[in-house]
Amino acid sequence: MRSAYEPWNEARGAEIIAEHDKLEGATLVILHAMQEAFGYVPEPAIPMIASALSLSRAEVHGVFTFYHDFRHQPAGRHVLKLCRAEACQAAGGDALAARAEAKLGIAFGNTTADSRVTLEPIYCLGLCATAPSAMLDGRVIGRLDEQRLDALMAEAQR
Amino acid sequence: MTMRIFVPRDAGAVAVGADEVAAALELAAVKTGIAVEIVRTGSRGLYWLEPMVELATLQGRVAFGQVTAADASSVFDAMAAGGSHPLYLGLTEQIPWLKRQTRLTFARCGVIDPRSVRDYRAHDGYKGLERALTLTSDEILADVTTSGLRGRGGAGFPTGIKWKTVAQASADRKYIVCNADEGDSGTFADRMIMEGDPFAVIEGMTIAGIAVGASKGYIYIRSEYPHAVAAMNAAIAAARRTGYLGEYIVGSSHTFDLEVRVGAGAYVCGEETSLLESLEGRRGIVRAKPPLPAHKGLFGRPTVINNVLSFAAIPFILAGGAKAYAEYGMGRSRGTMPIQLAGNIKHGGLFETAFGITLGELVDDIGGGTFTGRPVRAVQVGGPLGAYFPRTLFDTPFDYEAFAARDGLIGHAGVVVFDDSVDMAKQARFAMAFCAVESCGKCTPCRVGSTRGVETIDKIIRGERTSENLAVVEDLCNTMKFGSLCALGGFTPYPVMSALKHFREDFGPAPATLQAAE
Repeated sequence: MRSAYEPWNEARGAEIIAEHDKLEGATLVILHAMQEAFGYVPEPAIPMIASALSLSRAEVHGVFTFYHDFRHQPAGRHVLKLCRAEACQAAGGDALAARAEAKLGIAFGNTTADSRVTLEPIYCLGLCATAPSAMLDGRVIGRLDEQRLDALMAEAQR
Repeated sequence: MTMRIFVPRDAGAVAVGADEVAAALELAAVKTGIAVEIVRTGSRGLYWLEPMVELATLQGRVAFGQVTAADASSVFDAMAAGGSHPLYLGLTEQIPWLKRQTRLTFARCGVIDPRSVRDYRAHDGYKGLERALTLTSDEILADVTTSGLRGRGGAGFPTGIKWKTVAQASADRKYIVCNADEGDSGTFADRMIMEGDPFAVIEGMTIAGIAVGASKGYIYIRSEYPHAVAAMNAAIAAARRTGYLGEYIVGSSHTFDLEVRVGAGAYVCGEETSLLESLEGRRGIVRAKPPLPAHKGLFGRPTVINNVLSFAAIPFILAGGAKAYAEYGMGRSRGTMPIQLAGNIKHGGLFETAFGITLGELVDDIGGGTFTGRPVRAVQVGGPLGAYFPRTLFDTPFDYEAFAARDGLIGHAGVVVFDDSVDMAKQARFAMAFCAVESCGKCTPCRVGSTRGVETIDKIIRGERTSENLAVVEDLCNTMKFGSLCALGGFTPYPVMSALKHFREDFGPAPATLQAAE
């Protein structure tokens, strides 16, 4: 299985930190950059960020765990996010969410056993006039219905 | 002559196939050998017609919608031949839904190329900044005050007063911060303007910087908006290249530069003090006020923090439009509001109009009711922290005070429509559950109250001691409303209590029936 992400590498981690550590309030910027490179924020990166920014490990760990976006382990090969917020609820999003869980055989927040698909909730993509909405690996999809959802899942499982 | 075709690059249009339509139109052009320029714009905001494609003609732009990739070839032929087509909508500006609006903030959105400073300037862009550069700080502040502009993020605080407070503060550095953490479901106006007219935000922030004496600004955009992040970054780069950002802005003595920072999926960071914490690289924990951000904001410095729409309204106001802006609206709500019609609605999209229009006009008349064709039962106004309104309150005018008088809020002006299949007990539970997940944890009413709220509503849904548990929910809501540090805990009671008050029948048998049964 190919991955778009690099494997964790301390030297590469240090390089990413050095690119951003002069910014004001750089913690989130660095965490985002780590995740972009490695697909998640590897544990050994936390003390490195702390030391570069003169923060305690606890502070950086606190930031890392506060935000929903930062992953503690790599996601599946594809990430399917379904909007679960009110506008999509009003447009039939709950039934589609249940369908996705049933068809993929996993609950939200989990990855299929073959590591192909991670299913996540998202609270609003700002596509509320063409609801229900989804995002597959960064690609946005509106006017979701059963057919389009099934096609998305099939694409993600390939 | 080269044909000029406009296809939105707005995320809402892309989500329903605008990229594929643009590619198919390009292919059709290559096949026919006709010279074509395809301009990727923002969206006009008529989302039920997206992807909506426009063609420049001598009479003005004409529109076609909804266009699919399969339609592209026949639409292109009709464009080239000037012939008719079933998807032809006529002159865009004459489409009634658009014609009825008063577009001041969204005048350029969907019209111009959002990456081109030249196009922005050709459509009255940077006139506000050019005039601001000839004024004193006090004169700029006077214009903002005259316009009556109130913060468009939801709180409705007078922008002029906020700016004046920062202008009068003395400090080694001051900051301008744009709150683009548009997390409310049913809202997308910030996203649209960032993707469709990003220079308006840049210009508004630059004017703020000049008015209060700040040289650095941050735009904090939520990570759920990758298209907006890309559009803002491209526009900032273009503004730097053309001398509209950086040192000596357009030859003046002023320096101002901008940086985009991306959030990380925390709803509470839309709360201004959480946002500032997040920008500083910390957990998005709210700060107690005072001190106000205007005195001690980002990195402890005086900071103007405003919503995207507030900054985007500034260029019109500073281009000599302060009085004209104030002439729109009602009561203390002056100017126009970009209202977002969403959810189960037939004609959803961005409707900018003067304050004062009623909720009923918006939902039934402009929105056309539900797309499922079922009756409208409830409308949530103002995002996850806004109240649910029943049809009996559809005469409420869109105005900060009028909504407050009916235990609601207009917030960021998102209107989410639900049909009669909605279960309001479930919606009330969702409001509490959302608050429980998103609470920053600093204050007890929000952190604990929301979790207790979920548990108690679950009991009600199961039919356990309904009337006692309803009293508990009400009590929790009062504690949260008056005891929370910020709007997350403080306003979660709005959807919960409004659901209880207006849709009591969804919460099990009424007390009288219950007593009779016992």
